[in-house]
Amino acid sequence: MADSQPTLHPAAETDAVIDVRDVHYAIDGRPIFAGLDIRVCQGLITAVMGPSGTGKTTLLRLITGQIYADRGRVSAFGREVADMGRAELYATRRRMGMLFQNGALLTDLTVFENVAFPVREHTDLPEPLIRNLVLTKLEAVGLRGAAQLMPAELSGGMARRVALARAIVMDPEVLIYDEPFVGLDPISLGVILRLIKQMNDVLGITSVVVSHDVHEIATIADHSYLLSDGRVVASGSPAELAASDSATVQQFMTGSAEGPVRFHYPAADYATELLGAERG
Amino acid sequence: MSNGSREGVQEALRKTGVTALFFGRLLAACVPALARPRLIIAQVYNAGARSLIIIMLSGLFTGMVLGLQGYDLLQRFGATSALGIAAALSLLKELGPVLTALLFAGRAGTALTSEIGLMRATDQLTAMEVMAVDPMRHVAAPRFLGGLIALPLLTAIFIVIGLFGAQLVGVQMMGVDRGIFWSQMQSAIALKDVTEGVVKSVVFGAVLSLIAVNEGYHADPTAEGVGRATTRTVVASSVMTLLLDYVLTAAFL
Ligand SMILES: Nc1ncnc2c1ncn2[C@@H]1O[C@H](COP(=O)(O)OP(=O)(O)OP(=O)(O)O)[C@@H](O)[C@H]1O
Ligand SMILES: [Mg+2]
Repeated sequence: MADSQPTLHPAAETDAVIDVRDVHYAIDGRPIFAGLDIRVCQGLITAVMGPSGTGKTTLLRLITGQIYADRGRVSAFGREVADMGRAELYATRRRMGMLFQNGALLTDLTVFENVAFPVREHTDLPEPLIRNLVLTKLEAVGLRGAAQLMPAELSGGMARRVALARAIVMDPEVLIYDEPFVGLDPISLGVILRLIKQMNDVLGITSVVVSHDVHEIATIADHSYLLSDGRVVASGSPAELAASDSATVQQFMTGSAEGPVRFHYPAADYATELLGAERG
Repeated sequence: MSNGSREGVQEALRKTGVTALFFGRLLAACVPALARPRLIIAQVYNAGARSLIIIMLSGLFTGMVLGLQGYDLLQRFGATSALGIAAALSLLKELGPVLTALLFAGRAGTALTSEIGLMRATDQLTAMEVMAVDPMRHVAAPRFLGGLIALPLLTAIFIVIGLFGAQLVGVQMMGVDRGIFWSQMQSAIALKDVTEGVVKSVVFGAVLSLIAVNEGYHADPTAEGVGRATTRTVVASSVMTLLLDYVLTAAFL
């Protein structure tokens, strides 16, 4: 299926913050990953692209230790996630921040308290300091004025920005974004893009951005992986991908339904099924 | 048919096992949760305040019915002086704990299940996990403890208001002597009767909170899934209340 060999990333093995090696994973017997290899390097923005349903969110669940691979290894900060005890897993998660696809704000807390939540849980900082910290992060996403609103009063895009403020409030070493651009207006999108870039440039935060917005991601990613059918079908810098003559890459970049990447969920033959319905 | 029933039994056993395991994890999470009394108090308030009005109203009417029925029954034997005892014993040992538990299941239990189920469905529990906050400790345990504390308190309120209702009908309307109503009650009720009521309400509090939290925590993360879990909470809670009521009554005889 893979019509181009994944180019090996030039960076040395030692500065891989997250290392996914030959991972196999199946849900209810249906394989999602079959030999997935992804390496996220220190201080870079790594993009993971792929059509809807290829398992991008599942990959993030593997990385954060919510689920475990059937085969292969997933390691974070040099330790294999599956080998970690609970305490170590929690300690590792505190070094990561994650932005959920739908925000996942706590609905019974205000915007302010949502952003303050990890701080209150993990530190004993005095109230004025927490206040400053939270307001700084809210200001960065442009929602300081919304601090006292409840999550139900936010639009989808605003909720995502609050979730971003919450993800960065503990100054994580690695930030993981699940579809950060979906449903944002062009201005918010630009702000979020710049924010991701800035946190990477200024604070040196390693970032993993899952997205299917090829063009947005191309402007900030240092290295991209293109997933399809449970494995990496292409990888490289945005320029390399754009210049690739692989049919898979071109199909994804140009957004065509026809090509090596299956747009359809696995199904019985269309004509057979239609005829079957008529008979049956 | 036998195949289907065997599967049903297997499924029931599996669910019992899962619930027992969950109960173990919940108890383990309760220990660190006790370090955060504010979360627990908030949940006592949540579960208690939600049910307070309906508990008070139901208590009043239950007591009033007891006054009427008790008076009607006792006057046939010329024993209306025993109305106070009759009302107190039935409220303390049976009606108080059981009716409060059933009302609690319908009001607070369903709210707990749907709240936790929706938190699951909207990834809030996952988000906590990823922020290195244990949702068992932060969400499940405080709600369990809150229900466990709230139900006995509500039962006490139900009983007191029920007695007031019985007195209202018996003494004010039917003319039973006020002094006899209260003094007979005082002298005839033993500590064992009070213990029975307290034990029942504590056991109901633990079991009903466990059911509500467990169903919510394991609800399918969809709108229908949460709806189904809420229904299961009411059904399981009602059946368990009546079943345990029989077991505990037999144990106290
Ligand atoms: N709990 C589950 N039960 C069964 N199948 C699941 C479950 N979660 C995910 N899947 C399947 O796993 C596949 C990958 O899902 P995933 O959410 O990782 O996709 P994705 O790449 O993030 O898609 P999108 O871009 O739409 O978010 C999907 O085909 C989905 O059907
Ligand atoms: Mg996804």
